[in-house]
Amino acid sequence: MLATADLDALFLTFKVASISTILMLLFGTPLAWWLARTTCPWKGFINAIVALPLVLPPTVLGFYLLVFMGPVGLIGELTTWVGLGTLPFTFAGLVVASVLYSMPFVVQPLQAAFTSIGEHPLEAAATLRASPLDTFFSVVIPLAKPGFLTATILGFTHTVGEFGVVLMIGGNIPDKTRVVSVQIYNHVEALEYNEAHWLAGCLLLFSFTVLLILYTVLKTQPNVQQLK
Amino acid sequence: MTQPIIACFKLDYGNFILNIDLQLPGTGITVLFGHSGSGKTTLLRCIAGLQHAQQGFLEINGKVWQDSELNLFLPTHKRPLGYVFQEANLFPHLTVAGNLQFGLKRIAKKPGTIDLQHILELLGIENLLKRMPDRLSGGERQRVAIARALALNPEILLMDEPLASLDFKRKQEILPFLSRLHQALNIPVLYVTHSQQEVAQLADTLVILEGGKAFASGPLSETLSRLDVPLAQNWDASTVWPVSLIEHETDYHLTRVAFDGGILSLPMIDAAIGTLLRVQIYARDVSIALEAPTATSILNVLPATITGLTDDRGGQSVVRLKVGTQSLLAHITHKSAVLLNLNLGLVVYVQIKGTSILN
Repeated sequence: MLATADLDALFLTFKVASISTILMLLFGTPLAWWLARTTCPWKGFINAIVALPLVLPPTVLGFYLLVFMGPVGLIGELTTWVGLGTLPFTFAGLVVASVLYSMPFVVQPLQAAFTSIGEHPLEAAATLRASPLDTFFSVVIPLAKPGFLTATILGFTHTVGEFGVVLMIGGNIPDKTRVVSVQIYNHVEALEYNEAHWLAGCLLLFSFTVLLILYTVLKTQPNVQQLK
Repeated sequence: MTQPIIACFKLDYGNFILNIDLQLPGTGITVLFGHSGSGKTTLLRCIAGLQHAQQGFLEINGKVWQDSELNLFLPTHKRPLGYVFQEANLFPHLTVAGNLQFGLKRIAKKPGTIDLQHILELLGIENLLKRMPDRLSGGERQRVAIARALALNPEILLMDEPLASLDFKRKQEILPFLSRLHQALNIPVLYVTHSQQEVAQLADTLVILEGGKAFASGPLSETLSRLDVPLAQNWDASTVWPVSLIEHETDYHLTRVAFDGGILSLPMIDAAIGTLLRVQIYARDVSIALEAPTATSILNVLPATITGLTDDRGGQSVVRLKVGTQSLLAHITHKSAVLLNLNLGLVVYVQIKGTSILN
């Protein structure tokens, strides 16, 4: 059965994933919109940066975050200066890392959805007196709904499944940074295979169910990476 | 609205340059005619503000929408226009009613329910309101798109080849609606097409575009009959006269119509006295005689003055004539032109063998 520590880890995991997903949608939507529409020469550069976590070992990302957010890092000095202290080994640090790590899973489906809308509905809206912002909310978001669903689900599940980045930046602090994947690792290290089974089974069931919904009910193409 | 439309645009795409300086009437349908690549759609998009010409001046209904010298460019959503796209371009996530409401929600001066009902009836879409766009036929979709644009009480209606994506049957389904609009609307309509049939059926004013420039522009029959316009040389060259129905000759199954310069007899038309009609006369159906023929089976013989003459060096001559205030084209053989010694200013008689009614 699941022990209290396991339940705490589960709860923490979903808390991190929920907050990260909301933040990713908030930042990822304008970013994806910009990437889908811009003709700026920096587009390729930004696309590459956003997609980087897809190919980078999580430990590498975690390592750099640890360095930059640490007491002598650029971000660390900034957060200390504004009175937040340093972010590594805190819940906030975990969220920041998760957002960066899972961002491509939100940006890429959104970017693909925005691109596929094309110019025509936007022009029609403009001739019907809708300002660009108005058009975004009344036309783009409804038409990109499948993209938003995919982005939300992938962003959330990918955050739930992270391990390397968490270990580097969050460590293994109960109730603060000890998420399910780390807890499973702890169990296995302590040879508590029974407990590991329960938690691993929960994650397996959760992930499979979500993907099943994604590919059957929402009929999403099993293709996340649309690297262009 | 009677104030003229002033449109000047310079746009350089490298391989295509639009260079337009036009003054168009503030009433009726002005057709922008040209082959693909002539710049007709680009011109319409510049007028709508969907395309931003680096240099431009645009005045509609006495208001300036663009003046690049003053750095003035009204964005599309602030221009009181209606736009009908080539593909109806309805919002797929909204019902027909939702599509019609989209613009209405965003304007201050709303049309009355009677006006709205009138538009729905005019376009025959009252029964489609609850449907989603993907459940409509191509013709229905285009009619909804026209209604959606008209519902906003626009000061100008811009139509970009609204029939081009439809098959022949659907075109025939919509054309009567457009002709009806023509009479019901008091705003100017700019209509882009590459179809001569639509030009003949709808245009009051014709602008012929070629290579990004306005090659010719003016009243329909005037422009159609210009000898320097390639249209006049085509085997299906024609002119179109506005006429009004004056009398039915039931015994002969004929209808008589009057125009600026005389009377024509046409095959019987099922319409009331006083109805305004458009008569198309093909150049190949017009022959020329020096004296009034006394014994001829042709009913429509009219005095005319030769105002233009060209020889295509292929044995055919194109003669431009004035009948009253209307212009007319005649395709005759070069030999006939020489034998009859046709010259500019000569008064002759034209015999019109056939006519067709366009609406």
